[in-house]
Amino acid sequence: MDGAELAGKIVYTWLTLVLGFILLPSAFGVSLGISELYMKILVKTLEWATLRIEKGVSKESVLKNSASVGIIQRDESPMEKGLSGLRGRDFELSDVFYFSKKGLEAIVEDEVTQRFSSEELVSWNLLTRTNVNFQYISPKLTMVWVLGVIVRYCVLLPLRVTLAFIGISFLVIGTTLVGQLPESSLKNRLSELVHLTCCRICVRALSGTIHYHNKQYRPQKGGICVANHTSPIDVLILTTDGCYAMVGQVHGGLMGIIQRAMVKACPHVWFERSEMKDRHLVTKRLREHIADKKKLPILIFPEGTCINNTSVMMFKKGSFEIGGTIYPVAIKYNPQFGDAFWNSSKYNMVSYLLRVMTSWAIVCDVWYMPPMTREEGEDAVQFANRVKSAIAIQGGLTELPWDGGLKRAKVKDTFKEQQQKNYSKMIVGNGSLNSELD
Amino acid sequence: MGSRSSHAARIPDVDSIQRETGFSQASLLRLYHRFRALDRNDKGYLSRVDLQQIGALAVNPLGDRIIDSFFPDGSLQLDFPGFVRVLARFRPVDDGDHGNRDPKEPEPLNSRMNKLRFAFQLYDLDRDGKISRHEMLQVLRLMVGVQVTEEQLESIADRTVQEADEDGDGAVSFLEFAKSLEKMNIEQKMSIRFLK
Repeated sequence: MDGAELAGKIVYTWLTLVLGFILLPSAFGVSLGISELYMKILVKTLEWATLRIEKGVSKESVLKNSASVGIIQRDESPMEKGLSGLRGRDFELSDVFYFSKKGLEAIVEDEVTQRFSSEELVSWNLLTRTNVNFQYISPKLTMVWVLGVIVRYCVLLPLRVTLAFIGISFLVIGTTLVGQLPESSLKNRLSELVHLTCCRICVRALSGTIHYHNKQYRPQKGGICVANHTSPIDVLILTTDGCYAMVGQVHGGLMGIIQRAMVKACPHVWFERSEMKDRHLVTKRLREHIADKKKLPILIFPEGTCINNTSVMMFKKGSFEIGGTIYPVAIKYNPQFGDAFWNSSKYNMVSYLLRVMTSWAIVCDVWYMPPMTREEGEDAVQFANRVKSAIAIQGGLTELPWDGGLKRAKVKDTFKEQQQKNYSKMIVGNGSLNSELD
Repeated sequence: MGSRSSHAARIPDVDSIQRETGFSQASLLRLYHRFRALDRNDKGYLSRVDLQQIGALAVNPLGDRIIDSFFPDGSLQLDFPGFVRVLARFRPVDDGDHGNRDPKEPEPLNSRMNKLRFAFQLYDLDRDGKISRHEMLQVLRLMVGVQVTEEQLESIADRTVQEADEDGDGAVSFLEFAKSLEKMNIEQKMSIRFLK
């Protein structure tokens, strides 16, 4: 009996603490400064750890960290320079050299494959999972690491799981209740309140620290918000600062319950799996949504898949054909505190969430950018690329023309044809071409 | 948390691979990570599909031939030593090799001759030691796609075979191939600069 009573008391006190310190302030959008304190301590600890590691390493030979330096030094000369041989410019036996060298270089290191694995860190952040290249330094560091493990798994993880649980239940219950009300401005305001509160709770559940920049460009009603995609948490981060209408497929299970509850309170756009294939239907429904100026802005991730937050890949043109104003948003996570990238081929949703909840924190920057619209004579693909460049520049990410779908599918043959065209021009091209090169 | 050498020890037979290929331990470690990254389902070996999924390789006109060179004799699995052996051919030539090489030891993988052999194999599909006119045409067709007519391609193939063919058998043997390229800076064109 005593054991059960004691356990009951502990749970009771625990819940009251959680309620008092976290839930109520979230409801009012007030911060008690506990997270800030935690972050300060964390930053100091990691700085100390970095210094210790550097001291330890400098004793031996300097190991160039493999994160910033690639495996090979590439020769980025264009095809014309790489192929110029002994004679003029007819086909030669040696032309295969250029293509085979390029091919081997791609096998050793290519721009795309590395984007589908987590970013390598410059200095270790005391998480076992990121310990790829780092050495054993000193007992003090090991002790700090052990302490870190205890704190993360025994203190933070239960707290975060509790919060996440509370957050999601509140969301489902709250939206269902609000959904019962008739359409009115009161309903909209209440649904916003419910959404915001739950998102704030969930963000606390991840120890998230988010900095919003340029809040004056926050997406307005009747527009489309476009952002780079790193993980499902992106949605959470954006909705903490404003309400959006989500677009996506109807899932089963827990996600399905959440989706159905949310759509009662405010109009999201959920598609059945079969409907997603019909692009015209999708475009039509989205157009109808943004035509109604009272509806919330749509949130879309045009990359279509999660990338590891070091680069921005091809934006699919579908979202840019709808019309309307595009509000670009750049999201950049700080990998030092926790890796937010969801490698869906390696981890399923549950193990991903566990990894996130046992990291130190999720720290990210969100930049709102001035709205963009399609210009005269610009087609959807060019517009998509323009927006992509803007987001990449703002977030400090590199820009890649490749399709994120390369994670799963093969590349289109049109790219190979382009190379073949270039080569053909060289060997069969007219005499004027040869004289230019000489 | 272990020391760096324990990471290199994860690679099986690392010492014999090092001797055979001449890569430094650091390079081998990085190549091992790359091998693991390409191995999508953690099979422990690479299949053709794993290599075909590299975007930059798939758009290379000779992509399929290059992949073939990794899977000799119809094998379907590429292990790490095999992977590194092919890459070793593209290592820059070390100047120190020429002087004190023991003639009984096999030629280093990245010698000029071995680089030429790699290129020769891209042409010689049936491995009979000669590049026939037909094989020449096939490679040309891969490199130009549909952009060039059959007649133009045939005339290019004919001209190339004629120029290189010395004994008049209508095909280019390996020695004729090497001779026609003797002035070419193979060492530079067929080398990838691996960073230390």
